[in-house]
Amino acid sequence: MSTDPSKLAFNAGWQYAPAPESTDHVTIDEQYDLFIGGEFSPPGEGRYFETINPATEERLSSVALAGEADVDRAVKAARKAYAGPWSKMKAAERGKYIFRIARILQERAREFSVVESLDGGKPIRESRDIDIPLAAAHFFYYAGWADKLEYAFPGRRPHSLGVAGQVIPWNFPLLMAAWKIAPALACGNTVVLKPAETTPLTALKLAEVIQEADLPPGVVNIITGAGDTGAAIVNHPDVDKIAFTGSTEVGRIIQRSLAGTGKKYTLELGGKAANIIFADAAIDQAVEGIVNGIFFNQGHVCCAGSRLLVQESVADEVITKLKDRMETLIVGDPLDKNTDIGAINSAEQLDTIRSYLSIGREEGAEMYQSSCEVPDTGYWCRPTIFTGVSQSNRIVQEEIFGPVLAIQTFRTLEEGLTKANNTPYGLSGGVWTDKGAKIFKMTQNIRAGVIWANTFNKFDPTSPFGGYKESGVGREGGLHGLDAYLRLES
Amino acid sequence: MAGSTSRVPVEKTYKIYIDGKFPRTESGRFFPLEDSDGEVIANICRGSRKDFRNSVVAARKAFPGWSSASAYLRGQIIYRIAEMLEGRREQFIAELHLQGLSKRRAKKEVDATIDRLIYYAGWSDKYQQVFSAVNPVSSSHFNFSVMEATGVVSVLAPNESSLLGLVSNIVPAIVGGNTCVVLASEEMPLCAVSFAEVLHAADVPGGVVNILTGYREELTGQFASHMDVNAIIYCDSDTDVAKEIEISAADNIKRVVNRTNTDWAQEKSQNPYLIKETQETKTTWHPIGS
Repeated sequence: MSTDPSKLAFNAGWQYAPAPESTDHVTIDEQYDLFIGGEFSPPGEGRYFETINPATEERLSSVALAGEADVDRAVKAARKAYAGPWSKMKAAERGKYIFRIARILQERAREFSVVESLDGGKPIRESRDIDIPLAAAHFFYYAGWADKLEYAFPGRRPHSLGVAGQVIPWNFPLLMAAWKIAPALACGNTVVLKPAETTPLTALKLAEVIQEADLPPGVVNIITGAGDTGAAIVNHPDVDKIAFTGSTEVGRIIQRSLAGTGKKYTLELGGKAANIIFADAAIDQAVEGIVNGIFFNQGHVCCAGSRLLVQESVADEVITKLKDRMETLIVGDPLDKNTDIGAINSAEQLDTIRSYLSIGREEGAEMYQSSCEVPDTGYWCRPTIFTGVSQSNRIVQEEIFGPVLAIQTFRTLEEGLTKANNTPYGLSGGVWTDKGAKIFKMTQNIRAGVIWANTFNKFDPTSPFGGYKESGVGREGGLHGLDAYLRLES
Repeated sequence: MAGSTSRVPVEKTYKIYIDGKFPRTESGRFFPLEDSDGEVIANICRGSRKDFRNSVVAARKAFPGWSSASAYLRGQIIYRIAEMLEGRREQFIAELHLQGLSKRRAKKEVDATIDRLIYYAGWSDKYQQVFSAVNPVSSSHFNFSVMEATGVVSVLAPNESSLLGLVSNIVPAIVGGNTCVVLASEEMPLCAVSFAEVLHAADVPGGVVNILTGYREELTGQFASHMDVNAIIYCDSDTDVAKEIEISAADNIKRVVNRTNTDWAQEKSQNPYLIKETQETKTTWHPIGS
């Protein structure tokens, strides 16, 4: 334990007492079926798979594995609901249903937060303060658009598309469902959504909310499964639009399989964002920004600031302060309100992260991890930084999707910019400086869709999100996110 | 009967346009362009994969300068293209006529092309205001979204509308700060080459627009698959070709803009949403505080 008074040592002398969030108000069913046509029904082939708590490796529930016939049933239900009540309903009434979803989510927010942390491993502080409130806010925001769409696109008449097929990842399970479903419904479409294999529970709870909100049957269908289920949605001939969030590798496969079909699509894919710290930045704030950029949600964030570019003259200071700050991060029980970094989402993802830790060392970089203890069971990774890396190192070029930061230095603004843009990705970026002109020079020239200046990893329903280059196609959020779910006529 | 005093006309060599220069294709190949009687009008460069790659390098090099040029300047340059085209109106009418259009249709097409340039010149400093937004986020941040050029754009210009269709696809891309590599109409390539001369005379910086002539079948795959191209615009209505383009485009998640079955002569075929198709939305956050 540090005795140096210059260091942050919050846990020296004072120990954090455990502060676990209670789970007794939450029920998770023994088994979940597919939510199709407003009801839960078993999968055609009768197969189920387990979802576990990554912090304990204990089974939480079993969920249905949807086969092709189940996907077809869901698409048919969505088509029927589209042709029937949903596309004929007055837009203002449609909006009121979406408002209802937002309200019920707010009411049940704590329950959803606990389930999200149990199923996905993220700290309760994040699911409670970020994921769930933002998901509700998304529904609230888009609900209001339902009867105002003609104001969003000057000179055009907007039309709904039909059935939207949506496939979402495991890093922000409910929030991603909200990002997909809310604008789709507001624009008059119906939905078939597949949550990720490792985090299906909050989406299934959302199905309960949709029942509670009394949406017409089939407007939202939620079906669980793995990659094959997702592929069946993407390839179903009666789906009009595909929205996918996930890896660039899978995005590429989806874009290929949609070729020639005329289906509209949006892809939110990988990233390798540079977080750029200038010597004239407020260094302590910047260090907080680095920590938030890469360790937020265990680094399972497509827009994570996974590359640190620090100006050479302050590199030593920044890295020293970063290491000190890393020592204070609490890794452990996601349900403890003191926890900063929860469990890695799955054994598979932990393997991926570990392989990158080996690759980083093999390529000659120097690895540093905080000295915190981690539990014996469950999937954990200590906050990790690599120094002495070069631009061509795989840990600089490839998305790791874990709490692993690659640190490089630069001298001039131009060098920083060149290094920042030297990637096939273009999702996000960060800039830290106290000079306004320099902020705009950087934010204009970083080739990425979301730029945080003197902040990082902020999200809002009104704020468009999405990537340049191989980070994806299209935007979600804000007015710009409506475009993905509409056909515009002159 | 040509007398000894009659003058022999000087015929133009039709070349391709890369990086602000007019080379022949590096491959040294050509194809003869024939009129409806089978008479050779001109020998046309049969552009190669290497010509395309060189063009992409030029377009990438030109991108930072062009995309950061002021909207006012881009508007003036596009206006200047219209001025130059107006001055060479008779030449373009004659070329279209030579390639089979009636005099009346040729004149109509050239006039419409000039007007289309004026239309987009005027959009240069306006589309940003129409499509941008200040976003009222809940936290204490200033947050805004603006349009930025997607990057280098491949353009497979329409075969049938060799001048108006060509210009209607190039201009929305470049007015928004993109640079492009264009494959001219295979059946009627003359106006594309002459239009390159107009671009050159209008002070469009070298590399911003690169125009190749050649065989569709040979070059389409290259236009669709190149890893340093950010978007592809195509107008072919052949569904097999479209599918191949979209499959190749996925190699680097290109934006695919499908403009099949567009009647370029119609007024509704010009609108700012065509500019938006090769724009990215960039959102910037900054804290509000002291």
